[in-house]
Amino acid sequence: MTTRIPARFVACAAENRPALVTFVMAGDPDPVTSAAILAALPAAGADVIELGMPFSDPMADGPGIQLAGQRALAHGQTLHKTVDMVSAFRQTDKTTPIVLMGYYNPIYVYGVSAFLSDIKAAGVDGLIVVDLPPEEDAELCLPTLEAGLNFIRLTTPTTDDRRLPAVLKHTSGFVYYVSMTGITGAEIKSHAAVGEAVKRIKTHTSLPVAVGFGIKAADDVALIGRDSDGVVVGTALCNAVATSLKDGKATATTVSAVTDLVKSLASGARRARQRA
Amino acid sequence: MNAIGANSLRTGPDDEGRFGMFGGRYVAETLMPLILDLDRAYREARSDPAFEAELTDLGEHFIGRPSPLYFAERLTEHLGAAKVYFKREELNHTGSHKLNNCVGQILLARRMGKTRIIAETGAGQHGVATATVCARFGLPCTIFMGATDVKRQWQNVLRMKMLGAEVRPVTSGAGTLKDAMNEALRDWVTNVETTYYLIGTAAGPHPYPEMVRDFQKVIGEEIRVQHLEAEGTLPAALFACVGGGSNAIGTFHSFLDDPEVALYGAEAGGHGVDIENGHAASMTGGIPGVLHGNRTYLLQNADGQILEGHSISAGLDYPGVGPEHAFLHKIGRVNYVPVTDNEALAAFQLCTRLEGIIPALETAHALHIVTQVVPKLPKEKSVVLCLSGRGDKDVEQVGRIMGLID
Repeated sequence: MTTRIPARFVACAAENRPALVTFVMAGDPDPVTSAAILAALPAAGADVIELGMPFSDPMADGPGIQLAGQRALAHGQTLHKTVDMVSAFRQTDKTTPIVLMGYYNPIYVYGVSAFLSDIKAAGVDGLIVVDLPPEEDAELCLPTLEAGLNFIRLTTPTTDDRRLPAVLKHTSGFVYYVSMTGITGAEIKSHAAVGEAVKRIKTHTSLPVAVGFGIKAADDVALIGRDSDGVVVGTALCNAVATSLKDGKATATTVSAVTDLVKSLASGARRARQRA
Repeated sequence: MNAIGANSLRTGPDDEGRFGMFGGRYVAETLMPLILDLDRAYREARSDPAFEAELTDLGEHFIGRPSPLYFAERLTEHLGAAKVYFKREELNHTGSHKLNNCVGQILLARRMGKTRIIAETGAGQHGVATATVCARFGLPCTIFMGATDVKRQWQNVLRMKMLGAEVRPVTSGAGTLKDAMNEALRDWVTNVETTYYLIGTAAGPHPYPEMVRDFQKVIGEEIRVQHLEAEGTLPAALFACVGGGSNAIGTFHSFLDDPEVALYGAEAGGHGVDIENGHAASMTGGIPGVLHGNRTYLLQNADGQILEGHSISAGLDYPGVGPEHAFLHKIGRVNYVPVTDNEALAAFQLCTRLEGIIPALETAHALHIVTQVVPKLPKEKSVVLCLSGRGDKDVEQVGRIMGLID
């Protein structure tokens, strides 16, 4: 089993702060700029990187991440190129955990066993696949665990106590709590309810619990990060890419637009528990 | 009625929602508890005589069942061989087979205590049928429809609005049925507590493919009885068009274990199946993949990105197909044949002129195969076409192509 994910959560806990988990879309806005963004994330303060695998039909994503995927696909991004991106990143960074996140069809078409052996060789640490619930564990979850990689499961407000053990059963690395019933980039209605949910999940598992969906700025990170072991930001970073573009193309400020926001989010993570 | 034996093809799906390797429940965790609730509620409903009684009563008095089996005399003369019958599903209230499914699912939604209905629609037939049952039962409804389809099917958009539905045009992707389904799923995941997703075709996560088939299989059950009455035998062949495939599975299901009955499904061949992204024939031109909750044949590129597909007919313009059809294709029980836009247009005009029935462009695809197969069958045989919908919605589009209007 790869150990980068647990090691990183332990290190963040030792600093009494949540891990900052950043999502960027592979190939957005183009392959070269995307590789530069990926390489710059750790120094800006990203503790864990989620790298999106673009898909034509992202049913659980709001417009921010949908458009990021479309930009990447329009520039020729493929799953093979995404795997190559991780290999290149690992040449210089041996410690930052990388989790690939997306939908099942491109993996299914790539071929599950070829995919697992390629991503393991590339230095991927785990997978989040939105449309594979525990009912479909035999497809990819169990082969992933056998390959020694983490399979990170989403739990949601609709996952009740009765169902939670089944959802957590084959989860490894960390648990991703979806803060709302909704799509990425929507608004969190009650921060207090999110805190309660994280506490409830923690009574069922010793894994770290990260919270995502609807977290956009440093203040959100500070608020949500008080109770959770990690905070995930995705749509806001994709939007930062989008607003930096001119006529749909990357500009001199595209990479810094992302890293500036990550630095700000990291400051939120550092102050999350200061008043506690 | 024919009995189900050990080697029956009518026993699917299994408990996991599989028809062979196809089907399943590939949905986000937020939806999974609801999918399981739906499955339980559906089984309970089907074992409740009160549910069945209400379904039968609405079928008779609201939909107008049974629909007639009509001998298409002039078409038969024209083809000069086996007799052709039409199963007149276009005579149902709202003008297509779609209402059979909507009535069943709205009763289920009410039993589950849901207070809001959402649906996707391509040609607008399912949107109209959904808006109709929502008006009938006083539930608010939102219909997701691709922006391209909103333009080419504006009459159905008006009908939905008059029935009280909110129609939300979807601009992502090519603005057709696939994109409408994505947007409906996004709404559902957001409003999962209150909202029932009334899927219009025999696709999606389990139990939808099974449930929609069960509500549509009345078509084939009636054909069996009516054809035996008219001819004293089973039909030599059945024909239906396949987008997602709800009228086709409803037509075929009762006959799957009768090998003497040949089954033909018409896929949308668009500009031709050799043209990438120029057709919507997912079984002829696609490979297995996972989309919208199920594993099935999909039009996709080598990277697993889904293609938009093309068909002249908005109701067939979908890059996938229901998982039971995928299974029946793989085992070879049903012949799925691509039919081009032009072939469908010719069949549309043939039916209109010879029988005085303007068929939906979707149905016209299946009628084209009838014109190809029937001349090879002897006169004493007879076949049935599921006339799934009426073509009123298509007259403007076809009129434009024929040069009757600007």
